[in-house]
Amino acid sequence: MAAAQAPGDGRPLIEMRGIERTYVMGDNEVRALRGVDLTIERGASIAIMGTSGSGKSTLMNIMGCLDQPTKGSYLLNGKDVAKLSRAQLADVRGRMIGFVFQSFNLLSRTTALENVEMPLLYQGVPAGERHRRARRALEQVGLTGREDHHPNQLSGGQQQRVAIARALVGEAPIIMADEPTGNLDTRTSYEVMAILQGFIGQGKTVILVTHEADIAAYASRVITLRDGMVIDDKQQTPISATEALAATPPPHAPPAAAMPPAAGATP
Amino acid sequence: MSLFSTLKLALRALWRNKVRSLLTMLGIVFGIGAVIAMVAGGQGAQAAVKDVFAALGTNVLVLQNNAQRTMGASAGAGGGASLTWDDLRALETEVPAARWIAPTLESRSTQLVSELSNWNTGITGTTAVWFKIRSWEAAEGTVFDEDTGNSNAKVAVLGKTVATQLFGGQSPIGQTVRISGQPYEVIGVLVTKGQGPRGDNDDTVIIPIKTYQQKLEKGLAKYIRGSILISMQEENQAERTIAQVTALLRDRHKLDGNEEDDFRIRNPAEFAKAQQDSTERIATLLAIVAAVSLFVGGIGVMNIMLVSVIERTREIGIRMAVGARPVNVMTQFLVESLVLAAVGGLLGLLLGYGAAYYMAGYFGWKMFFPATTAAIAFAVAGGVGVVFGLYPAVRASRLDPITALRYET
Repeated sequence: MAAAQAPGDGRPLIEMRGIERTYVMGDNEVRALRGVDLTIERGASIAIMGTSGSGKSTLMNIMGCLDQPTKGSYLLNGKDVAKLSRAQLADVRGRMIGFVFQSFNLLSRTTALENVEMPLLYQGVPAGERHRRARRALEQVGLTGREDHHPNQLSGGQQQRVAIARALVGEAPIIMADEPTGNLDTRTSYEVMAILQGFIGQGKTVILVTHEADIAAYASRVITLRDGMVIDDKQQTPISATEALAATPPPHAPPAAAMPPAAGATP
Repeated sequence: MSLFSTLKLALRALWRNKVRSLLTMLGIVFGIGAVIAMVAGGQGAQAAVKDVFAALGTNVLVLQNNAQRTMGASAGAGGGASLTWDDLRALETEVPAARWIAPTLESRSTQLVSELSNWNTGITGTTAVWFKIRSWEAAEGTVFDEDTGNSNAKVAVLGKTVATQLFGGQSPIGQTVRISGQPYEVIGVLVTKGQGPRGDNDDTVIIPIKTYQQKLEKGLAKYIRGSILISMQEENQAERTIAQVTALLRDRHKLDGNEEDDFRIRNPAEFAKAQQDSTERIATLLAIVAAVSLFVGGIGVMNIMLVSVIERTREIGIRMAVGARPVNVMTQFLVESLVLAAVGGLLGLLLGYGAAYYMAGYFGWKMFFPATTAAIAFAVAGGVGVVFGLYPAVRASRLDPITALRYET
């Protein structure tokens, strides 16, 4: 844990060299990634773009240690991930990476608080501290008072915020979000992006996978993939989600109690 | 991840599917229930058999009149008497393997009256050695000595039940009890023997044999309309004793080589052993049934756990994504099946004890709580949970995180 959060003896956070990933589907070989070289520094906000089938999800799975490359080397925080066992990969995921998925991936029939606590459960954090940290994480995403709600009692935006709190609670230095706004309306998308942008200020590295250019616009660096190869990699000045949110009038009275009380007074 | 958290997780998962969990447990419940009922019931049955044995005394043979056969029709045991009082005297002197010999005459239902109360019970007429054969001593007063036993004194020794019924809390020694209208002096009360195969052992009255003949049979007959208890000099001498008695009586009754015995010798020890063997056979049979039931129950657990793993593939994926190691996932499912089986085992224990309790009441057995068996059965149930839960749990732990996350339910 201490090693994972240490500056990593001056090496970049993510170093990928010649990453290839080949799936065998029946008689066909699908080459999802065909040699990706990538370096990502700490505190960056990256958007990985590409059409479906470009390999962007495969790249995120490998970056997130959910999958292993067929070929190439991947150093995460200076450590070679290829040599790790499944259990060690699980530990790396738990301590280094917080995932935010398009479909939220919360456990149903389980309260928001318990969903958020889950990563801590596997790090052996005692119950009392688990509750405390999970509450704080929910507070950070503006869900105070919703701790005991089940996912089906929450709106899409609230569910995604629970998922973000879950990614946050383990104090992982990397947040990986796979189409985090894919299932949300525009205004809610701005809210979620504003929260994710807020993390960058706290020194976290945020990696977004998206096929929407206007979501990629919130990142400071956009990497574009096509057919399993990086075809474009450019720095940009990100637009602020907070400002975008402020410019968007609320379409209706928001259901969340966490919203300003005045918003609820629509005649 | 602490065991407590895992246990909480398992309980919650099982509670979510209450009906399914309960149905899955049933196999285990009946398996364990059968084991407990079998052991508790089996012990009760064996104890009952031992009681028969103990009530009669060890090393005892029972010589009875055999039905006279008239044209092949039996008149029933003891129906026609063939044993005479002369036979008895001959047995006493000419059977070296016999230690004590006691004639017993029994009436089933006779009215007894004391100054306080009345009671109806069976009367036994016998001699002094009867108490030795049955190793039955007086708790109060005395049993017959040899003279009393052979006399026609109007004295009686009461079983504890009779003493209580007739005299309440008072000491019956020296008191008078009227048996069929005749006054008898109570000289002793026997120690309590409790329930026997023929009901309450202590619900009995013993009077001297001659008195019995004169007062209850109204006269001295030639034949013994009862049975003769023979105790042996040494243990395991039944065959030799039977041979000696048979030879003597056949000779005295002048039976030809191909004529049937007109008497019958019963060996309660053999009878008890046969009963014990049969209860053991039934117990073995039940044990097999229980094992099969547990096996089937185990397969039920495995089946449901496999379904559960498939249903919760996505959950497994999420857990793995947030840092659950394969071993965490495996433990989670293993603990679930363990809890399922253990709770089933616990319910089975209750069911088994319930069944044993009912059986004990029905057959008049003593109730046993086989604690060791309960512990073993419980451990076996847990074992079944682990063994049959292992495959589903391992399958869950081997899921690929990405595949699991993308799984559509």
